[in-house]
Amino acid sequence: MVVAVAEDSRGTEQARQWIEQAKPTYWSLIDANHRVADLYGMVNVPQAVWIDEAGRVVRPAETAGSTDHFRRMDLKTRTMTPEDQAARLAARKAYLDAVKDWVLTGKHALAADTARDKQPRITVDIALAHAHFRLGTWLRRHGKDAEAVRHLAEASRLHPDSWNMWRQAADLEAVGNAGGPDFWARVKALGDRPYYPPPDLPGFGR
Amino acid sequence: MATILTEAGEQVVTAVDGLWLTAADAERVTGWTLKPEGMCRDDACVPLPASATRDGRVDVAAFWQRLGNPVLHDDAAETWVLGLGADARNDALADLHAPDFTLPDLDGTLHTLSALRGRKVFLTTWASW
Repeated sequence: MVVAVAEDSRGTEQARQWIEQAKPTYWSLIDANHRVADLYGMVNVPQAVWIDEAGRVVRPAETAGSTDHFRRMDLKTRTMTPEDQAARLAARKAYLDAVKDWVLTGKHALAADTARDKQPRITVDIALAHAHFRLGTWLRRHGKDAEAVRHLAEASRLHPDSWNMWRQAADLEAVGNAGGPDFWARVKALGDRPYYPPPDLPGFGR
Repeated sequence: MATILTEAGEQVVTAVDGLWLTAADAERVTGWTLKPEGMCRDDACVPLPASATRDGRVDVAAFWQRLGNPVLHDDAAETWVLGLGADARNDALADLHAPDFTLPDLDGTLHTLSALRGRKVFLTTWASW
């Protein structure tokens, strides 16, 4: 069963058009408080977790088929080279093929020790960041914008690896900001570090 | 009145002097019960310092921090966050049980992850931004 969760602090109406286009037969849920990202240690979208029939995590949070090819996008024309587009599609297919293999045969599920090692490590700062993010989004929702911005900024300062927190805060400032010049500058500042670390699955050379 | 944001959701309670709550409200909000031994949940009890309990009331902020969890509030001290500390989060991740949650769909119908026990679940996230 697919459970698709929208990490969208603006809530239902923001997610509605995308969900209605997809006409999903699976669960499509709205997570305004980024609860799932908190619980599973996620930092970006799309990230996915694989859970077996016994309710155990068999693949901790990892990039769900996206790649860093977008970083080479021509920002004026907003296009990628044909080679990059093809590589991007191949990666998405490789990830979805792995998911299908797992569903049909159990392949790619990690043994408990390996899964445990791959779980994200939550630091004191990250735990505090989640608390600031929760307060900041609540304050936004209740019209206390200046105070909200302080807490959302503190969340990102404490958990700089969380693109979810930073981009959500930007989007709450104004729809579209999450993909604006500040976003591209922050991506560029990654340097050689990945935006979407690839999963350890077939088709993802590391 | 104070609004308290926790893992479970949002509650409005009467609070004085910060986050001093009645024992009943403290239990409702935290899931821990005030007993002579301290604050207790299941088989565990955490002693409370004398400064954190008085006349059947509990300093929930002090108790929550004693558990190793972050506590935040807005400037007016009217909205509080009782967060989850790093140790608690890492323990939950280490035991590999998929943390449960309940979220609404577009129609507002609530769905709980654990209802899918017995099936493989591909849990994925996305965003409009």
